[in-house]
Amino acid sequence: MTAFIIAAVVKILVVVFLMLTGVAYMTWLERKVVGHIQNRWGPTRVGPFGLLQPLADGIKFILKEDMIPDAVHKGLYILAPALALTMSLISIAVIPFGENITVNGTTTPLQITGVAQPGGHPTDINIGLLIILGVTSIGVYGVALAGWSSNSKYALLGSLRASAQMISYELALGLSLVGVLILAGSFSLRHIVDTQAGSWFWFIPRWYIFPQLIGFFIYLMAAFAETNRIPFDLPEAETELVAGYHTEYSSMKFAMFFMAEYVNMITVGCLATLLFFGGWHGPLFGPPLLQSLLPVFWFSVKIFFFMFLYIWIRGTLPRFRYDQLMAFGWKVLLPLAIANIVVTSLIVALKA
Amino acid sequence: MHQVLFIIFGLICVGGAVNLLVQRHPINSALSLVVVMGALSLIYLLLGAEFVAAVQIIVYAGAVMVLFVFVIMLLNAGAEERTRGSHVALWVGGPGVAILAGMIVYLMFRNDQHFNPVRIGNFVQQPDNTHSVANSLFTKFLLPFEITSVLILIAIMGAVVLARRES
Repeated sequence: MTAFIIAAVVKILVVVFLMLTGVAYMTWLERKVVGHIQNRWGPTRVGPFGLLQPLADGIKFILKEDMIPDAVHKGLYILAPALALTMSLISIAVIPFGENITVNGTTTPLQITGVAQPGGHPTDINIGLLIILGVTSIGVYGVALAGWSSNSKYALLGSLRASAQMISYELALGLSLVGVLILAGSFSLRHIVDTQAGSWFWFIPRWYIFPQLIGFFIYLMAAFAETNRIPFDLPEAETELVAGYHTEYSSMKFAMFFMAEYVNMITVGCLATLLFFGGWHGPLFGPPLLQSLLPVFWFSVKIFFFMFLYIWIRGTLPRFRYDQLMAFGWKVLLPLAIANIVVTSLIVALKA
Repeated sequence: MHQVLFIIFGLICVGGAVNLLVQRHPINSALSLVVVMGALSLIYLLLGAEFVAAVQIIVYAGAVMVLFVFVIMLLNAGAEERTRGSHVALWVGGPGVAILAGMIVYLMFRNDQHFNPVRIGNFVQQPDNTHSVANSLFTKFLLPFEITSVLILIAIMGAVVLARRES
């Protein structure tokens, strides 16, 4: 029991530390890559290649004056950024990133809420995917309440847009995952990854992206809209709404919204990797130590690909108009997702 | 442990429900309702119904209440005025609540031996109750399920027709 608790605490600390470091360097990567896309250098001054820029930003955020405007609804104004960040961080608790790891005779699965089994194969919560969906849908309150409690027109418009957009795209997001769920037959993320082991004809990996190509693209677009990223960043469109729902926030509270957004992006990358790209599965070779580390490496590489995709698209596409956004969500993505479910379940039923 | 958790979440649930009635601002009331939904879902989890718990969060806290908050924000509803309350509610409602609570407690005690205890963490096991929910929903209760879906669809269409009526 003590070993279990120690292992759990260590895992939580390591994962949260890695996550927040990842978020910090994601901002660096974004500025660097977008800079190069636009023929600029990006940050170069702080440290080699500007690598210490996130640290400088963090110090700046902490040391800035934390202003609370007079007419805000104070309780909710303070609650909102905390809610957004907490909910985005909770969802990593159910994400598995590998098989077991053994340290000093204690075997523990590479997942915060995983349970090691005597047979060697770990298990996890059998509603993992639903927990992620539920927690992200609670995260909407952070954005909605931020705009409302700020008592400012720009912020209110931003959060109205955000909540309408998130509710609309949540439907398509949830439905796009049903195809994978039908094929895997479980909500457990570990089980979904396990069913993707091996390959077809010895060279095509059994990833669900191949049978569920349409589902994957629907998921990707809906997830971009859920995380309020370009081309769906209407809630914080700076050309129209100053900064949208976080206009009235300063210092660390403002940073918390940004951290929540980036953590959500990483969660989306994790989920896409787990559901469509075979999670930590990849070629294994070399000595035993390398073999035990390679799955985590493959998992990180796949997540990095999605993070790069986010930045790439940000540097490439312009923003949607609001009516285009709504029409796209309801008239294109939703019918496509439903058609995808019908076709997938038909094929599964015919093959059974 | 089980009992302690149940008491904690039950208290949170009741506290949220009372706060919902006491608060004067609609948005505070809506948020208390979210707290009630969350506590309810944790109680479902204690009952070993993990699928229902997750759906409770996704559907009620994550979708229905977001719509409530959205509408309150959109209409910019202000604080409510307090009224004295009606005598009918007091004289009928009070005994009604007492009778209902008494009936529930009586039924619980009478059927005491039929309840199976559940253990927290049962839901890590693989043959799960999501499958059993799906099985009963799509075999035994298929007709009621589909009829309810159609009913909801008709209600939505009715609302759209009423809202879009042009002069």
